[in-house]
Amino acid sequence: MIKTDIIIIGAGPTGLFAVFEAGLLKLKCHLIDSLPQPGGQCAEIYPKKPIYDIPSRPEILAGDLVDQLMAQIQPFKPGFTLGETAKEINRKRDGSFVVTTDKGTQHQAQVVAIAGGLGTFEPRKPDLANLTIWENKGVDYIIREPEKYRNKNVLIAGGGDSALDWTIVLAELAQSVTLVHRRNQFRGALDSVQKVQALKDQNKIQLITPAEVITLDGGRHLTNLTLKVDGTSVNQAVDYFIPLFGLTPKLGPIANWGLEIEKNAIKVDNSLDYQTNIPGIYAIGDVNIYPGKLKLILCGFHEATLMCQSAFQRIFPKKKNVLKYTTVSGITGFDGSRKEAQKSTIKTIE
Amino acid sequence: MDIKITVIDRSGKVHELEAPTDINMNLMEVCKSYELPVDGTCGGIAMCASCQCYVLSNHPLEKKSPDEEAMLSEAFYVKENSRLGCQIQIDKKLDGLTVELTP
Repeated sequence: MIKTDIIIIGAGPTGLFAVFEAGLLKLKCHLIDSLPQPGGQCAEIYPKKPIYDIPSRPEILAGDLVDQLMAQIQPFKPGFTLGETAKEINRKRDGSFVVTTDKGTQHQAQVVAIAGGLGTFEPRKPDLANLTIWENKGVDYIIREPEKYRNKNVLIAGGGDSALDWTIVLAELAQSVTLVHRRNQFRGALDSVQKVQALKDQNKIQLITPAEVITLDGGRHLTNLTLKVDGTSVNQAVDYFIPLFGLTPKLGPIANWGLEIEKNAIKVDNSLDYQTNIPGIYAIGDVNIYPGKLKLILCGFHEATLMCQSAFQRIFPKKKNVLKYTTVSGITGFDGSRKEAQKSTIKTIE
Repeated sequence: MDIKITVIDRSGKVHELEAPTDINMNLMEVCKSYELPVDGTCGGIAMCASCQCYVLSNHPLEKKSPDEEAMLSEAFYVKENSRLGCQIQIDKKLDGLTVELTP
């Protein structure tokens, strides 16, 4: 059981900044995110796109914003459970919450802050008949363990970065790799596109465009699929079909936690502290809704700050708390590190 | 000046919308402002296809950008007349535009 002061569900910009504000109050945080890396949408959907409305940042790439937030919270040593989805929440007798992920990891804290953005990112599944019956029997949407594909015949479908990157990785391992896309243009890092071109030129992979997978077939396990290539059907023997069409967010298991939901978002008390209808559970950032709500990163930062002040009172009801300015009191990390303003120089001029 | 846009939602219901031409809106944003079921997950940068629609009228639309082409090549239920709503800027020339939301 991982024990902490605040469990933060969602490691996007709002969740990350909450670690900083909590840290100033000497509260420890642990973040849970279904994605394998922190940053949420900023890291997953648009890391290379600029953001122009972060105060004091005339322009910052979404990926850089995440890196900077990670650097800012570093002194407060947050814990991370990544690549796991917060699935269940239970209340203990002492009032604390236990959050369990889909992989069974358990976390316990007095306060839970949901900073889940648009929800859990799930793979976008192509519209193919019987697709779901082959899941885990030859159809994978996410590659967790590349070794699984060693000496197997693999067909990857997609035209973006992940299709290109996995084609490159699996070309070394698999018996054969076929990359299928609806057109011959790919959207990805130049380096990846060039590598795939080279693999194709060396006959290390098979590239089929413009083409689409239209049917799947097999026995206990997937064995064959049919491609539509330029209007004609082509049969191909495969062990694995890996459609990589990006991820789409779904509110997910949080929707069943007994929280008041409106328009796919969690209702909170915005006049006070962004607490939900369950005391001790807060919702901050894009995941919440209240009159006048704006889904902006800068609003998420504000909400995270107020949430932490309220969380402090909840965890230490008898402790007095005064707002401290970092310029005055500096930052003391949980690792003993210390940042503070330089003392002013005072000297006599004669 | 406002223009009229017709949006057919996924259940086949027809919505007549009035869209302002002077505040730099796109079709995805107009749909959201009327609370139609359009997510606009990526915020309007042609990265998610949650605002994909079929254009049913013969309006002179701007050509697709390479980003829009790339996204549509990875989206599902794509037809010849598929467009991303976020890439359609509301303009006087689009008065009477009719679109249908994709599944």
